[in-house]
Amino acid sequence: MATLKQEKNNKTSKLTQVVDEKKEMLDLYKQMFLIRQFELACGENYTKGNIRGFLHLYIGQEATAVGSISCLNDQDYIVTHYRDHGHALARGLDVNRSMAELFGKASGLSKGKGGSMHLFDAGKKFMGGHAIVGGQFPLATGLALACQYKKTGGIVVCFFGDGSTNQGTYHETLNLASVWKLPILFILENNKYGMGSSIDRVRAGGEDFYTGANTYDIPAAQVDGMDVLAEKEATKIAVDKVRQNGGPFYLECKTFRFVGHSLADGQKYRKTDEIKEWEKKDPLTKFPEWILSAGIAKKTDLEKIHQEVNKNIEDAVNFAETSLEPKSSELYEDIYKID
Amino acid sequence: MPEIVMREAIKMGLEEALENDPNVLILGEDIGAYGGAYAVTDGFLKKFGPERIKDTPISEATFIGTGIGAASAGLRPIIELMSISFSLVGFDQIVNMAANLRYMSGGQIHVPMVIRAPTGAGVQLAATHSQSVETWLAEVPGLYCVCPSNPKDALGLLRTSIKSNNPVIFAEPALLYGLKGDVPEDYYEIPLGSASVSKEGKDITLLSYGAGMSVINDTEKILSSKNISAEIIDLRSLNPIDYKTIGKSIKKTNHLLALDTARKNGGIMGEVVSNIQEDFNDWLDGPIIRVGAKDVPWPYNKNLEGAAYPSAENIVNTILEKLIKV
Ligand SMILES: Cc1ncc(C[n+]2csc(CCOP(=O)(O)OP(=O)(O)O)c2C)c(N)n1
Ligand SMILES: [Mg+2]
Repeated sequence: MATLKQEKNNKTSKLTQVVDEKKEMLDLYKQMFLIRQFELACGENYTKGNIRGFLHLYIGQEATAVGSISCLNDQDYIVTHYRDHGHALARGLDVNRSMAELFGKASGLSKGKGGSMHLFDAGKKFMGGHAIVGGQFPLATGLALACQYKKTGGIVVCFFGDGSTNQGTYHETLNLASVWKLPILFILENNKYGMGSSIDRVRAGGEDFYTGANTYDIPAAQVDGMDVLAEKEATKIAVDKVRQNGGPFYLECKTFRFVGHSLADGQKYRKTDEIKEWEKKDPLTKFPEWILSAGIAKKTDLEKIHQEVNKNIEDAVNFAETSLEPKSSELYEDIYKID
Repeated sequence: MPEIVMREAIKMGLEEALENDPNVLILGEDIGAYGGAYAVTDGFLKKFGPERIKDTPISEATFIGTGIGAASAGLRPIIELMSISFSLVGFDQIVNMAANLRYMSGGQIHVPMVIRAPTGAGVQLAATHSQSVETWLAEVPGLYCVCPSNPKDALGLLRTSIKSNNPVIFAEPALLYGLKGDVPEDYYEIPLGSASVSKEGKDITLLSYGAGMSVINDTEKILSSKNISAEIIDLRSLNPIDYKTIGKSIKKTNHLLALDTARKNGGIMGEVVSNIQEDFNDWLDGPIIRVGAKDVPWPYNKNLEGAAYPSAENIVNTILEKLIKV
């Protein structure tokens, strides 16, 4: 942990001198801003009734997905949980089709059959959006087995929440991945709560999770998931380790969701003070502040990004709104692949 | 080809798949060094190596799900469970994951995977090891579900199951691993979703699957000695169900008896006869008779287990009493 932090700081100071990295920094910011605006638009359209079902927003956690996913290649797989919009957008899934999926439209990523919790883009090796807590662990393990078996050089990144660590599949999968030395990076998004259950009420073993990976002989680290550069740096190290050693790595990201678990959450289980405290670390405030103060980019650069992204989101909502409903014949499509 | 037992037929199908397709691999508990709980994969580790014959920890949810992940990335894993009763530990992965992935992804993903498992009662393993979970899984869209009753069908169905681009539940009646039967020498396949008429007759159709076929065969012999000519149908596939073959038979015999060796309550035949009733009522000359195991947990004691298990004598008596009043 300490070393990761330090490397990040070194990097930060070096950055002021490296002009080349302006684009990289602005890209990171743009992606985080895209996710934030996407989520705000989702919330709005949920209230309007355009999006139904369960809707879990990623607001506050943007740095985790953006920093980590920026380290992956095209041949790497991503598997995640139902709070999946951030990962999907960071992986570059089409914004219009993502929004259309949430609207349940035929032009959605899954033709409107999956919804918010089940985003897929197999072409981008984005293998879901999984809404059974802990259900995604075995799937990720199997994808990693395929990478190993076919020697593709690819790895799997499996995102999961603190709540899912109390499922049997979590422990089973860490064990199996270690025994079989599978190329998989486990990324815990520790936002301290699983719905309304704070980790100190449902977890034995303290507030740190990464130490537990030792039990399974998996190298592990912890990183400030609110800091996109730290996240990126830590993930880079982790990904390199997985690629070189072949075996798994475990990265715990300390993060926080600023909003309720879903749009149906009144947040009775926590105090506004805690949220306020964490909002001070908001990556959408801290990171652009740092970009400006370090002289990496100018205010106008950021404004340009804001304009572009806001237009993207507006277009996406338009696209989703004007897209067609799935045909009723779709009901029976995609159950079986023809043999 | 000389007669072989069911275990050998399944082994043959697996071996053939491993030889012909490098993407086929087997995952399961003690399938390698130990040779398999029912010795089906005996010798495979030596022949195909640990990369393809993968002994797993006792983590059903995880190794079933690992199969699903591997399948969705282009491999063709075959999962062996020590008992279909243990599928319950991995039920979420089978029902929510394997069956739904294609649909939820709008057809982007498919899961070419077979889950093989010994099923059913009759070998004194008591309540936790004697479930017939194929009847629960047969309801799930996105899965295929088959259960052979003899070596020939076992090999033919296993070939199509492994070739299928979809997840297939392949239930192997635990009672029948030692059952002998002829297996054709020439290559053949049996399509998923096809029932078979294993004996023609004119007075009544006897329908079952898996271990139930042995009971049905005994029933037919007794009926025949009473000059009642029974037609025998082996369902073979619980999803999809071949209503065409059953319907055709009913048009001929006008009577139907359907047997589950699973508990009658919730058995697959409840579904089958309800659809038959709807579509072939005009052809039926009497009530459809359903027989199944007693609605109790499976007991260990031999006599008690026998009492819960359906018998040919009881079936014959029911037929004579309810249907064909002699
Ligand atoms: C097996 C299962 N149990 C319960 C739920 C309901 N549920 C959905 S999300 C959630 C909390 C999960 O928390 P965590 O893993 O920390 O993820 P976070 O929401 O914080 O991102 C619960 C209990 C579920 N979807 N699946
Ligand atoms: Mg959480």
